[in-house]
Amino acid sequence: MENINLIIPEITLFLGICLALMVGVFFKNSFSIVMKLSILILFGVIYLILTDWGGEQKIFLDSFKNDKFSDYFKILILVSSIFIFISADQFIKDKKLNKFEYPIIIMFSILGMFFMLSANDLILFYLGLELQSLALYVLASIDRDNIISSEAGIKYFVLSALSSGLLLYGCSLLYGFTGSTNFDEIGVSLITQNTGAIFAMVFILVGLAFKVSAVPFHMWTPDVYQGAPTSITNFFAVVPKAVGLAVIIRFMDLPFKNIIEEWQTIIIFISIASMILGSVAAIGQKNIKRLLAYSSISHMGYALAGVATGTVSGYTSTTIYITIYIIMNMGAFACLYLMKTDGKYSEKIEDLSGLSKERPMLAFSFLILFFSLAGIPPLGGFFAKFFVFMSVIESEMYALAIIGLLTTVISAFYYLKVIKIIYFDDNKVKFDDVRNLSIKATIFLSCLFLSLYFISPSIIGSLLNELFI
Amino acid sequence: MNFPILSTIIFLPLLGALFIFISNKKNESSSAIYISIFTSMANLLLTFFLWYSFDKSFAGFQFIEEKNWISGLIKFKLGIDGISILFIVLTAFITPICIISCIISVKKRLNEFLIAILILETFMIGVFCSLDLIIFYLFFEAGLIPMFLIIGIWGGPRKIYSAYKFFLFTLLGSVLMLAAIIFIYWAVGTTDYTEIYKLKIAKEYQYLLWLAFFSSFAVKTPMWPVHTWLPDAHVEAPTAGSVILAAILLKMAGYGFLRFSLGMFPIASEFFTPLVFTLSIIAIIYTSLVALMQDDMKKLIAYSSVAHMGFVTLGIFTFNKQGIEGSMFQMISHGIISAALFLCVGVLYDRTGSRMIKSFGGVVNYLPNFSLIFIIFVLGALGLPGTTGFIGEFLVLLGAFKINYLVAILASTGVVLCAAYMLWMAKRVVFGNTNNTIVTKLKDINFLEATILIVLCLVSIVFGFYPEPLLNTMDISVNGIIQNHQNELTVNLINK
Repeated sequence: MENINLIIPEITLFLGICLALMVGVFFKNSFSIVMKLSILILFGVIYLILTDWGGEQKIFLDSFKNDKFSDYFKILILVSSIFIFISADQFIKDKKLNKFEYPIIIMFSILGMFFMLSANDLILFYLGLELQSLALYVLASIDRDNIISSEAGIKYFVLSALSSGLLLYGCSLLYGFTGSTNFDEIGVSLITQNTGAIFAMVFILVGLAFKVSAVPFHMWTPDVYQGAPTSITNFFAVVPKAVGLAVIIRFMDLPFKNIIEEWQTIIIFISIASMILGSVAAIGQKNIKRLLAYSSISHMGYALAGVATGTVSGYTSTTIYITIYIIMNMGAFACLYLMKTDGKYSEKIEDLSGLSKERPMLAFSFLILFFSLAGIPPLGGFFAKFFVFMSVIESEMYALAIIGLLTTVISAFYYLKVIKIIYFDDNKVKFDDVRNLSIKATIFLSCLFLSLYFISPSIIGSLLNELFI
Repeated sequence: MNFPILSTIIFLPLLGALFIFISNKKNESSSAIYISIFTSMANLLLTFFLWYSFDKSFAGFQFIEEKNWISGLIKFKLGIDGISILFIVLTAFITPICIISCIISVKKRLNEFLIAILILETFMIGVFCSLDLIIFYLFFEAGLIPMFLIIGIWGGPRKIYSAYKFFLFTLLGSVLMLAAIIFIYWAVGTTDYTEIYKLKIAKEYQYLLWLAFFSSFAVKTPMWPVHTWLPDAHVEAPTAGSVILAAILLKMAGYGFLRFSLGMFPIASEFFTPLVFTLSIIAIIYTSLVALMQDDMKKLIAYSSVAHMGFVTLGIFTFNKQGIEGSMFQMISHGIISAALFLCVGVLYDRTGSRMIKSFGGVVNYLPNFSLIFIIFVLGALGLPGTTGFIGEFLVLLGAFKINYLVAILASTGVVLCAAYMLWMAKRVVFGNTNNTIVTKLKDINFLEATILIVLCLVSIVFGFYPEPLLNTMDISVNGIIQNHQNELTVNLINK
């Protein structure tokens, strides 16, 4: 008898989704009930994961693996999803997106991500990936009466399907050349020279780079970010990115451990390209969601720099980076929910001009969040970059470190542009006074964390120390 | 002593800023004024107490505080020696003056201005106290945020350009320093300055690391040719911003050269001395000539700052006692005198809305008290004996003559040029005919303005005649630096 306990969080989540679906179908105007139920389910899953925290165990013929690493990321995505649910509530209602399917689809994608994180087998991994992707396609176009949103959904669908195809092709090649779909066995068989497997690795890496929107597979990001409703963009910017990075770390650490030199070169290139393109292309943006899209591309570049080291300290630094990145983005997107004039949500950066006179607290939050995104000490974003560069220089990859540090200067330019518009320009647009506690609490918590992080910068690191053994 | 006095001095202004932030009300700033004056004065008294209880006969670091910070990697370590204590006192002394000048001249969003200044004070004192490179970097960079806002929000017409230029120039220089610091961590195993000082950095690494640190400090000093951000920043910054920039932010770089470049990379410092000398000489002569041609008083003082900082870098890299003590003295003197000059320009600007030299003339007839003080500071800036300016320049030139005649002679021309542009400006502004009717209607300086200017004036003159307390404080620490430098060079020679 397999130890079914390991998979209880996933089972609970699935049953919870079914229950929510039932409730949604049988009650009229059931959005708020389903939403509350979903939040409750997510809390329950967090509880279940925490009770069973730690210990590496494999079940189902070693195809499903539960360890601290996957548990950490699961909790990370659950917590950020809860914050997205709570803070976007008002936005969804204003945009008339309050259909009960909305939280259910998000939960389905979370279920897919759970399987991606825990997969120890190519087939299970691919199934999880597809479940997640299908849910994301629907989410991107959920505002179906809006032409930009539909365009975003189709664009995302076509490109993502292509990348999934490449990834699947890579998986089949890998199976063909190593004779196994199990990560551990693939890792063992790659000790000997295997050129075919390197091809497979490239295809798989392409697929994964697409998921984290690293250059040159980033094309979908700005359009989807802009087109999708802000609450969905918030989800896109945070959750799939974290999972994508975690899966990249998984792949590089397990099956491809022995061909480190081959994939290192690719990741270094992807990382440098993302840092440069993300910083340069963001300069001319006028839409704040597009700006955040390019910003996330460059952030993925920094996070991948940690992966490129191929060392445990590098993986740890990437995990710290993505954690702080999530917190910064939660705050930044929550600020977007407050950019509302006469009941309409605004996305133009210009509309922020002179915000500091009208709404000093919101302006101050933008200040902390954007300086933190730029990586200026003593804010949290600096430490994220600091740990990554610590491990990069430890691995003696000086060129990567120098380029990375120089691109932070370029990217500082466009973050400063937003600060400049908020603080130095004259007031043009008057924002509505949105009285929503949950949005403000999200911003407050995020800013508080970022500005006090310097007191004890090792707080996340010490949590992660035991993840990679 | 167990009381963490350094942490208190660092974080007290931050606490004050927090109080203002909490009690912030629109269009109501009296509580903010009281809180800011109270915290900055309390901080000043604390630093005086610190100076008083500082052991001048002890060469190492005192008042050391150590706390685990990033577990297993970095410790939060503070400590001061004879060099840093003077900068801390200078910072704590200039801040209340800035706050008072803000209260006089800033009309819009005063509360936020005071918050920014207090936060900036925290970061500036932190720079001078930190004994760990990472902590140093943290404070060094963090100062950019409030200064960026001060220039950008309260600045003049081209404020945005200047704020960007200031921020990006400094950041670009500093990221290379960050790379160097991380490299030192992996090469030596620690970023604790006192440990690095003992363990030494291998010779082959020193050159590149020195250049990385230099890129940061040269921008901040600023040295020619990366000085161009300074005139812009000074011209557009509000008076208090200019004062802080000239008096303290520039000194961080001089302090950095003295502490880190000399302390950690003695061989590379010796190797790159010709480079520093050349750049310093160019800075002294070229920017003096540029200063001669300026129409804007603030710009003129800004260029004179570059020239004066040229003396500082020159003195530091002479590696002898006169040179280094002269540089230290020059930095403190420049901190006081240039601050006072910016305040004087601020006085005129508040009244007329102009900083152009040609819009004034014959000011002495209408503002006699102001003119008296202004002339004293002009004379101080050009190094008149009896002011602090003289002692600094004199010692630096003395040190320079000891090692290189040519450099010393070229640097001396800077003194003459400085006298030329300063006196010419004073002549056109204070004396001569009044060619602008606005000047005739001006009121003389009021009580608050007079107080801060007279205090600065007294400090400048007292230490000009009696420099002993300052020299005495830094003496042993400076000797330590020189001793270490010479030991390293001898070891290096023997190894060859």
